Amino acid sequence: MPLLTLSHVYKAFGDPADPLHALQDISFQVRRGEFVCVVGPSGSGKSTLLRLIAGLLQPTSGVIALDGEPITRPNPRIGIVFQNSNLMPWRTVLDNVALPLELRGVARSRRREIAREYIALVALDGFEEHYPHQLSGGMQQRAAIARTLAQNPELLLLDEPFGALDALTREYLNQELLRIWRLKEMTVIMVTHAINEAVWLSDRTLTLSQRPGVLKADIPITLPRPRTEALLTDPDYLALVRTVRSHIDRPVIHKSTL
Amino acid sequence: MRLARAALGAASAALFLFLWDALVRWQDYPTFILPSPADVAERFLVTLADGSLWRHASITLTEISGGLLLGVIVATLLGYLLAKSPLLDQLVSPYIVALQSFPVVALAPLLVIWIHNALFRTIIIAALVLFFPVLVTTIVGLRSVEPELAAVMRSLQATRWQTFIKLEVPFALPVFLGTLKIGATLAVIGAVIGEFVGSDRGLGFLINLAQGMLDTPLLFVALFTLVFIALGLYGLVSLLEYRLLAWKRAE
Repeated sequence: MPLLTLSHVYKAFGDPADPLHALQDISFQVRRGEFVCVVGPSGSGKSTLLRLIAGLLQPTSGVIALDGEPITRPNPRIGIVFQNSNLMPWRTVLDNVALPLELRGVARSRRREIAREYIALVALDGFEEHYPHQLSGGMQQRAAIARTLAQNPELLLLDEPFGALDALTREYLNQELLRIWRLKEMTVIMVTHAINEAVWLSDRTLTLSQRPGVLKADIPITLPRPRTEALLTDPDYLALVRTVRSHIDRPVIHKSTL
Repeated sequence: MRLARAALGAASAALFLFLWDALVRWQDYPTFILPSPADVAERFLVTLADGSLWRHASITLTEISGGLLLGVIVATLLGYLLAKSPLLDQLVSPYIVALQSFPVVALAPLLVIWIHNALFRTIIIAALVLFFPVLVTTIVGLRSVEPELAAVMRSLQATRWQTFIKLEVPFALPVFLGTLKIGATLAVIGAVIGEFVGSDRGLGFLINLAQGMLDTPLLFVALFTLVFIALGLYGLVSLLEYRLLAWKRAE
């Protein structure tokens, strides 16, 4: 049985008489251990999709199920990393990473011990006692990932986690992400607007159309692992990037948004 | 650095006293118009020695602390409810704004008729003076809680109480402490108003008494004591701020 099943998920916002259709008829499945990327232009409802899976939002109709159980609220087995690191500015890195354990009532010394492990996993050791504003953007995002990992989720949701970072930091963090994914044997769903990033990372890439978000394609990424930098010039890789690109709408730019 | 600042403070105080003394000598004011610093210091030592200053000051301090405690507790509780419930906000807010546009000084004589216990009445007046600013900043502080941080708490299945203690309180704390500084000085004003309209004890009463007797040095003693109380409270909140918001100073 697949870990995650979405069937005919529809999500609308605002006035029911004149709703904004964010997502329409989304159906797909994710197997345990898969790395799935979702690509689409802005306004395709990518973030909404992740928040629905995280249980932070409820679908207007349709069902999202984890191991056959419908998700109706945030679930400890599902962890989400947001676009902005969303660290608590008054907490040190250590206390931020320990937060999920603190909320579960894990004793202070034990949760600090666990938090230290995850901080080391994202290579932030030495910065335990720093406050978020003392870290670079990339380090903040790594701390946010460590916090979500401390929750020990089976399904990790990533909402453009490195979107605000420069290209080099981003490449490095993507490699780190794959390392952690292999190590923790998690299932990952990552939302991004970077096609090459999606192809380089994932086992499957889903594409969404612009509003309303409709699933356009489900493309298996049949590239060997481990993925390396050498892959970036590989003809198979480039062909897959082209395929994914062909399934993405040209963004419609409205004059009013310019 | 700290030593230099203390020295600067002492120098400024000395200069103030010198100018004050020079003015009295130059214009040759009678004591009941403007007493010299020496006159005031002498009166201070006398009232300190016979215990009357402490007796009045302790009453006023009780009223200030009582008013501060009562006003802050009621304002933050109500502020929390109003920030969380738009319905309650719509129902109650007009009355609160109306109350605020009521000058408390004008309300004080009414409270003399309603409340006979002078200490309790003054506490109420002090609480009323600081109530509105504390209420408003509590609401603003709680409403400004980052929705994304709230989403983090929800995704981690935090309970209502955990979200309050671990997100809303620390988030609203800087604004709240800033208001507490204003509230502390407002409580001093409120206590004096309360004593003016009807009390036979306290520093406000002492000011009234000294004025009636044209004992201007005594009036100055009472005034300076009030200033020191206000400064002390302000300093106390600043210290609290320094301790609680240590994370902001981390470089």
